[in-house]
Amino acid sequence: MYHHERHTITMSSTKTSQQALMPPATDLYYIDHLLSEEERMVRDTVRKFVGERVLPIIGDHFEAGTFPRELIPEIAGLGLLGMHLEGYGCAGLSAVCYGLACQELEAGDSGLRSFVSVQGSLAMFPIHKFGSEEQKQRWLPPMARGEAIGCFGLTEPDSGSDPGSMRTTARRDGDSYILNGTKMWITNGGIADIAVVWAKTGDGIRGFLVERGTPGFSSSDVHHKLSLRASVTSELHFEECRIPAANMLPGVRGLRGPLSCLDEARYGIAWGASGAARTCYEVALDYAKTRVQFDRPIASFQLVQEKLAIMATELVKAQLLALQLGRLKDEGLIHPVQISLAKRNNVREALRTAREARSVLGANGITLEYPISRHSNNLESVYTYEGTDDIHTLIIGQAITGQNAFS
Amino acid sequence: MKIYVCIKQIPDPNTVVSKLDPSTRRLVRSGVSLVLDPGDESTISAAIKLRDTIGNSELIAVSMGPTSAQEAMRRALAMGVDSAILVTDPALAGSDALSTARVLAAVLKKENAGMIFCSTESTDGYTGMVPGGIAEFLGIPQLTFAREINVEGQRAVIKQVTQTGYRTVESSLPAVITIASGSFEAIYPTMKGIMSARKKPFTQLTLSDLGIEAAQVGEAGAREQVMTIGKVEARAAGQVMKDDGNAASTIADFLQRYQLL
Ligand SMILES: Cc1cc2nc3c(=O)[nH]c(=O)nc-3n(C[C@H](O)[C@H](O)[C@H](O)COP(=O)(O)OP(=O)(O)OC[C@H]3O[C@@H](n4cnc5c(N)ncnc54)[C@H](O)[C@@H]3O)c2cc1C
Repeated sequence: MYHHERHTITMSSTKTSQQALMPPATDLYYIDHLLSEEERMVRDTVRKFVGERVLPIIGDHFEAGTFPRELIPEIAGLGLLGMHLEGYGCAGLSAVCYGLACQELEAGDSGLRSFVSVQGSLAMFPIHKFGSEEQKQRWLPPMARGEAIGCFGLTEPDSGSDPGSMRTTARRDGDSYILNGTKMWITNGGIADIAVVWAKTGDGIRGFLVERGTPGFSSSDVHHKLSLRASVTSELHFEECRIPAANMLPGVRGLRGPLSCLDEARYGIAWGASGAARTCYEVALDYAKTRVQFDRPIASFQLVQEKLAIMATELVKAQLLALQLGRLKDEGLIHPVQISLAKRNNVREALRTAREARSVLGANGITLEYPISRHSNNLESVYTYEGTDDIHTLIIGQAITGQNAFS
Repeated sequence: MKIYVCIKQIPDPNTVVSKLDPSTRRLVRSGVSLVLDPGDESTISAAIKLRDTIGNSELIAVSMGPTSAQEAMRRALAMGVDSAILVTDPALAGSDALSTARVLAAVLKKENAGMIFCSTESTDGYTGMVPGGIAEFLGIPQLTFAREINVEGQRAVIKQVTQTGYRTVESSLPAVITIASGSFEAIYPTMKGIMSARKKPFTQLTLSDLGIEAAQVGEAGAREQVMTIGKVEARAAGQVMKDDGNAASTIADFLQRYQLL
């Protein structure tokens, strides 16, 4: 499956111990060769889509602070929503394929990748995994078609890294549950037709499907963001909001529910961040080779080369981490600590790459003419959501030492 | 109807700086990333559109090339083509446009093709001779520079792009139809299409399956010879003109000379 021509070429030149050709600066480790034909097709398709349809408009959306809703039918038409889920109108592709799609979307903009992550991993995934057959039939096909948008409400004003401290409650009343509380920083909240909301019940934390328009449920968008500007972030309010008891996700109880969704989304983020890093590195490399100061391209200065060399190295590392993480997921061997390691490393390094790339571009780096500051600003959110960098450090620490340092 | 689309895998024009091998005077195809010709993506899209409009039809992609061309064909399948036929044979190495047309025509004849789509030319070689060759080998009409294609009864009707607009041209079927570049937006493969591509019928044929002698094709059968290759002459500096009141008519004359008006 992983055989193809280019692989053979490289192998044969090593065997005859000639010096192999210089690999492309954008794929120094021939990671391309580790992908199957199908995986490359997914990557190339999404890359092409992003280049043709997203890049021409994303800077303007970022500046205006609007989400490119006009792209939803096209994203859905490509089959990207819930693409890693089986059945119910979803494509059922591998984890690696899903990761590659996230990588390419985020090479465009983290906001777009966030939209797809939330829809597929945080809204469709819990319905697919924990929902009743009726809930799946009702919601998954229109969500895959992009006709119903979902969001995921876990975080609250007073409950971020410690979701167990949530205050939102769901009280049983006959055939209904009554929700009270506020969810904060909810991606897609204001455009969602269906919210997956986690709330405390007498029976522990449970997930609920709340439809837009349900009396007692309202949302308001967060404005004045300097990050993920091309993405909708909202507050969800529940005031004596009555929903049918049948809207509870029957398949899970406790924090394990939302955390398993987060594992799905964090997986995609590990890939996505490497996409953002790749864009920043490529732009910086290109710029450094053409920008002349002191009569020489700035790429010829050691200080600039060091920045580019670090970016190139970290990019290769991030891509290899993401790919192996994907292989583990497809083999059913994935453990949350591996996801934390990759999410933490890849976002942290992507942010560093974006900042360094910004410096390479000088003043041009701060504009929206170049994607760099847009990416570095976006990555500030990515660094914080889906488990902050600190929280992932503690997850890894706990896993390798056996000691809980959270509280 | 059985509709066919002839496609080709080429060095990626977006990432590869084309190199020529001075000894063979041919394009270097090894060690570079290979893709389905982007022009063919538009042609495939045009063919898919027609298949879906006329209904009750099947679309088959045909290519001649090394086994690596499977990947490009799989992309065609992912885009929505129903099945693929790849002719691959060591004896085909070094084939020119004539041999390529001969081989593709042999497949299309065997298959009883009702309609054959080709791009006007490939994005690597740009000879534009294969489609005409196929039509000639099959003894069927060729409709060129199509920007809109319809089937009316037993006839193909196209809008053919002209210098000033278009004209309507029709022919009997089967026919070869070449697409005017830029007339059809390439559709994207979908994730489901990519999933289903691996299950679609894929046939590989050799020369003997087609009853073609090795001597008729490849290096041996080539009637085309690349004599020399050279650098494009550096462009002379442009003409600088000061506006002495006649600038508008001078510019108009200039554009007229190149038929740009
Ligand atoms: C743009 C955006 C979109 C978002 N989308 C969603 C969404 O769709 N759904 C959703 O539910 N949430 C979403 N979030 C919320 C996000 O998940 C939280 O912001 C995140 O979990 C951190 O919570 P907090 O902001 O309350 O920070 P806090 O938890 O208050 O953390 C503040 C700081 O303290 C540190 N800290 C906290 N605890 C510890 C500890 N034990 N040890 C060491 N350091 C610690 C943190 O690392 C951080 O640096 C989104 C956030 C953003 C910015």
